[in-house]
Amino acid sequence: MDITFKDVSYTYQPGTPFQGLGLEHVSLTIESGSYTAIIGHTGSGKSTLLQHLNALLKPTAGVVQIGDREITPETNNKNLKAIRQKVGMVFQFPESQLFEATVQKDIAFGPQNFGVPEAEAMARAIHMVELVGLPADVLEKSPFDLSGGQMRRVAIAGVLAMQPEVLVLDEPTAGLDPVGRREMMALFTRLHEEQGMTIVMVTHQMDDVANYANHVIVLENGQLAKSGTPREIFADPAWLTAKHLGLPTTTQFAQALIQKGFVFDQVPLTEHELAAMLQAQLPSKVGERRE
Amino acid sequence: MPGDSILHRMDPRAKLVASFYYIGIIFLARSWPAYAVLFVFTMSLVLISKIKLDFFIKGVRPLLWLILFTVLLQIFFTRGGHIYWQWGFLTLTRYGLLNGAYIFMRFVLIIFMSTLLTLTTPPLSLADAIESLLKPLKAIRFPVYEVALMLSIALRFVPTLMDETTKIMNAQRARGVDFGEGGLFKQMKAIVPILIPLFVSSFNRADDLATAMEARGYQGGEGRSKYRILKWQTMDSLAMVAMAILTVILIVLR
Repeated sequence: MDITFKDVSYTYQPGTPFQGLGLEHVSLTIESGSYTAIIGHTGSGKSTLLQHLNALLKPTAGVVQIGDREITPETNNKNLKAIRQKVGMVFQFPESQLFEATVQKDIAFGPQNFGVPEAEAMARAIHMVELVGLPADVLEKSPFDLSGGQMRRVAIAGVLAMQPEVLVLDEPTAGLDPVGRREMMALFTRLHEEQGMTIVMVTHQMDDVANYANHVIVLENGQLAKSGTPREIFADPAWLTAKHLGLPTTTQFAQALIQKGFVFDQVPLTEHELAAMLQAQLPSKVGERRE
Repeated sequence: MPGDSILHRMDPRAKLVASFYYIGIIFLARSWPAYAVLFVFTMSLVLISKIKLDFFIKGVRPLLWLILFTVLLQIFFTRGGHIYWQWGFLTLTRYGLLNGAYIFMRFVLIIFMSTLLTLTTPPLSLADAIESLLKPLKAIRFPVYEVALMLSIALRFVPTLMDETTKIMNAQRARGVDFGEGGLFKQMKAIVPILIPLFVSSFNRADDLATAMEARGYQGGEGRSKYRILKWQTMDSLAMVAMAILTVILIVLR
């Protein structure tokens, strides 16, 4: 299910002294099956853009096409449920949305809202707990008795149980420890690769962008600054720095090496790529020095 | 509402006292000339505040039904004077109409004045003003500092709670909850997934706040210095004088 923005603008509280611009003439496409990363510094309009993906916000101008539904400023607020089921959204710190008495009931809450019978929703919950890597005995526990990291997994399981085609994540690894972060990112990769789920992720971790994404959207002041593959985006370090954005560790490392006389045909993104590119250059270098 | 008029810069204590006093003396007025004076006075304050009239009219809107109900009661149930129209127990008399109009004016003036107070004064300054005005009550062991602290914390967390509510509502909406749809029972049920997370996060926040305050050495209000210091200026004394003059005019015109 493709999601296309056609000249979308969004203004907060129009016509009051508190009026603020959220998005300005944004046109972009998030293709079905892509792993899209949205980057940009605080206040660049990332969260506003995300909320358009499942019609929580309607554009104040322009059109958002979600699958075969068109969302325009005139769209009625009713009958948007089908979109919300297909586009699962995990907000920042999603653990704050848990409320049910048990983990299983909380995970089953979403599917039941979309008309899935209780028995099936409960069965999905059992499966989802396993999918997000939690022990089966949490099912009967209160979500408030779990640790922060576990609560977040439960919240994500609750969204996955809706069986969305697109999974939207707003900084899903914020505040997690390194192991938790790696496991979380591995989960999203699995969903992307094994189930062909479209992933849209807002992140400040450039390493995650380089390692996992195949499409990057850069926002600045509510406008689309650039979009392309990670390689295209990270090829211009000066431009990124000017936008207050960093580089992935590998690219930074490569930059330092270029100063020392190494040559890279293209920017290395993952550690593997960097290692391979270095291996190709090192023996000759070492050889030269020996002579 | 941000702004930089004389009213914005006045001492919040003066504004608080003057507004309440003004609402009190509105009830002195019982004649058209008196209401005309009050109307002109209120409107000039609105002008001085440089805030658009729309905001004041918006303040009247939520109370519209109450106002209409009260005015209609006055119109139809006040006896005396020339009778224009009669139907069963309902009578439309001269006094009835007059009283209805007075009541309407009173409502509008009171709402305008209180809107003016809240629009020109940041909530925290109001809390400071209340604390300062309540200070004499310490003599009868009234917990002034505690009440003031509770008030400022409550005010401070109103926007935070509103943000939190929007966030949680969005999260539940994304999980397929419809707010404002379906029957009463269904709508009530839809509130549970908002209320429970809000309670949990409020308790957590209160806990964090208490820890943070203790970590920074808070131990009650006694002897604590202030960041925002209230200053009584000439302007504030003048406002009090204006109120006194207005009282005299109203007594003469009533």
